[in-house]
Amino acid sequence: MDKLQAIVDQYQKVPGGLIEAFHAVQDEYAYIPEEALRRLAKAFEVPLARAYGIASFYSYLSLKPRGQYIIRICKSAPCHVKGAAEVVKTLEEELAIRMGETTPDQLFTLEFTECVGVCAETPVITINGEPYGDLTSAKVKEILAQYRQPQ
Amino acid sequence: MVNLTIDNISVSVPSGSTILQAAQAVGLKIPTLCYHPDQTVKANCRVCLVEVEGARGLQAACSQTVVEGMVVRTSTPLVFKARKAVVELILARHPQDCLNCVRNGCCELQDLAQELGIREIPYAREIKGMPQDKSTPSLVLDPDKCILCRRCLTVCQEVQTVNALGLRARGYQTSVGPAFYQQLNESTCVMCGQCTQVCPTGALAEREEIDKLLDALADPSKIVVTQMAPAVRVALAEEVGLPTGELDMLTLVGGLRRLGFHRVFHTNFTADLTIMEEGHELLERLNNGGTLPMLTSCSPGWINFIETFYPDLLDNLSTCKSPQQMFGALVKTYWAQKAGVDPAQIYSVSIMPCTAKKYEAARPEMQDSGYQDVDLVLTTREIGKLFRMAGIDLKQVPPSEFDPWMGAYTGAGVIFGATGGVMEAALRTVYEVVTGNELANLDFTVCRGMTGIKEAEVDLAGTQVKVAIAHGLGNARQLMERIRAGEADYHFVEIMACPGGCIGGGGQPRQTDNAQRAIRIEAIYQEDVALALRKSHENPEVKQLYTEFLGQPLGDKSHQLLHTHYQAKSKKLK
Ligand code: SF4
Ligand code: SF4
Ligand code: SF4
Ligand code: FES
Ligand code: FES
Repeated sequence: MDKLQAIVDQYQKVPGGLIEAFHAVQDEYAYIPEEALRRLAKAFEVPLARAYGIASFYSYLSLKPRGQYIIRICKSAPCHVKGAAEVVKTLEEELAIRMGETTPDQLFTLEFTECVGVCAETPVITINGEPYGDLTSAKVKEILAQYRQPQ
Repeated sequence: MVNLTIDNISVSVPSGSTILQAAQAVGLKIPTLCYHPDQTVKANCRVCLVEVEGARGLQAACSQTVVEGMVVRTSTPLVFKARKAVVELILARHPQDCLNCVRNGCCELQDLAQELGIREIPYAREIKGMPQDKSTPSLVLDPDKCILCRRCLTVCQEVQTVNALGLRARGYQTSVGPAFYQQLNESTCVMCGQCTQVCPTGALAEREEIDKLLDALADPSKIVVTQMAPAVRVALAEEVGLPTGELDMLTLVGGLRRLGFHRVFHTNFTADLTIMEEGHELLERLNNGGTLPMLTSCSPGWINFIETFYPDLLDNLSTCKSPQQMFGALVKTYWAQKAGVDPAQIYSVSIMPCTAKKYEAARPEMQDSGYQDVDLVLTTREIGKLFRMAGIDLKQVPPSEFDPWMGAYTGAGVIFGATGGVMEAALRTVYEVVTGNELANLDFTVCRGMTGIKEAEVDLAGTQVKVAIAHGLGNARQLMERIRAGEADYHFVEIMACPGGCIGGGGQPRQTDNAQRAIRIEAIYQEDVALALRKSHENPEVKQLYTEFLGQPLGDKSHQLLHTHYQAKSKKLK
């Protein structure tokens, strides 16, 4: 894992470098593999339980393998009242996975997130950061179809 | 000083005090849950809400500092309602298992619910449904009962520097436990049980094994023998409704006989024996260029710690087993021979202030008698429960003597229960062995007290012996770092895993805070002074043991039964 060593070298001296390093690892592998977390904890001399605590606290860090497209569903109150549950249901059915899981072909991951700041168009999802608002079941299916096409 | 009024009572406290401290100063009780007197303020439970005139909303008394002229009200309808709502919210996410909970009758959350008169929970109930962790012989972690007060984290991370426990995930999903949702036996946990001492609920507790004792007592083929550690008597008093230290030793022996134990002995006996072996080991190392400093080896939480974090220093560790394990090895050999019983029939129970002792007894190294040397370890708390279960009132039990051959002890054995005690006991004996003179003053007071790391220099017939004492694993870590770096020139170092030593052990009565530790330590030294014999080498039954069975300290039999070697815990740890 030379890439990991490069990440360690780059952030070891930086204050708060561990979190930066987590981000770099996630950019590289789409999630933070267990082995990487153990090595970073050692390199940054942070006890494993604390490093794990940090990595599992931030919702934008993932400790589970994730797909190419991360679909995040806003679960904050405004979206909640405007039918986020319906959107969740459609996504789970269409992709045949539950929230928090990744499709077997590693294409999609479903996650909840806090308010993404587009409350005017609730309910909202983001796919790799790109927001989609005013969602209905039909619209969700349409969007998924676009992402499924080889680009 | 800052002047304020609380419930119309004028209070004057040093600036920087919290409302809670000010209220306590005038005897007013404000309920708390996350607050712990020995820890930094966490202010995450909101149970301690009070009204402050002019302030917006209610204030947390544990974190709000006082200001001049402040007017505080701690008991108004508004306050009661708010506290009640806080506890109701906690209970909405708490399994209501009180009737079959290890903390039933001694739970801070249950007490609060009771005091606040909670009758129904007006919120949707939602329980995490996480599995219990029973992976170690010492502890049970039940995340569903956790209220996320974080007291255990302060203890495990800051006091003990073990960092087995951390927070996992966020929001509603948050739980306490090892990284990657591993089990405690896969983590760095040393089983000290200090987390069980501070947990306000049943989320972290000792692994209870009372039923195993009942099974053994019900088995007519078994001879059930017991030993009890030096720190048990002083603290057990608290479990049975007596002031600390005021449970008479021989009354306790009588009580244990009523519980059904066939023979009652004392770990103090093997504490004295430990001094004979360890004292001679020290002299041998000093005279023959052995590895120094020699580190004591009687605290099993400490053994787990050095195996995990400082395996490179294992040669420094005394090869002596702990007094519990020396007793275990001897009761199934020496005592069995003298009593003419088949060792296979002996069921050996030890009563300990310690959760790590449960793990120690189950170690594969601990079968030198040809059997498992110690069959069962019960904590002080468990033995307290047994007395209650049996309806035995220790204020009314007639006293009884110890059984012969392994029950005699000296004050040196007694003080093993307090930090610095092993060192002081060793110095009393080593001094007399080396100089051949009688010690004028037996009290090595430099060894005593709650200072985290104590150091002393003792003159042994011209040789200066440098010693150090650490209690609590954070302090032990500091010493180990200095030893590892070659910056410490001690000859002998005492380490106890638990703050205050065994009197503050993970299996002692709740709630063991530092104030309570100091009281128990006081009681230990009182017991020492009151005894006629206060030096291990004067213990008549220990002398008899050497004459009739062991030969001499560090002899062949001793090596076979009383000494051992530990190994690095090389797992994917740290
Ligand atoms: S932890 Fe306390 S409140 Fe919770 S079930 Fe046990 S006794 Fe009851
Ligand atoms: S027993 Fe000790 S080491 Fe283990 S989790 Fe509790 S405090 Fe930490
Ligand atoms: S396990 Fe106990 S001490 Fe630790 S956070 Fe939960 S309730 Fe508090
Ligand atoms: S609440 Fe969903 S985007 Fe703001
Ligand atoms: S005791 Fe004050 S907030 Fe918990």
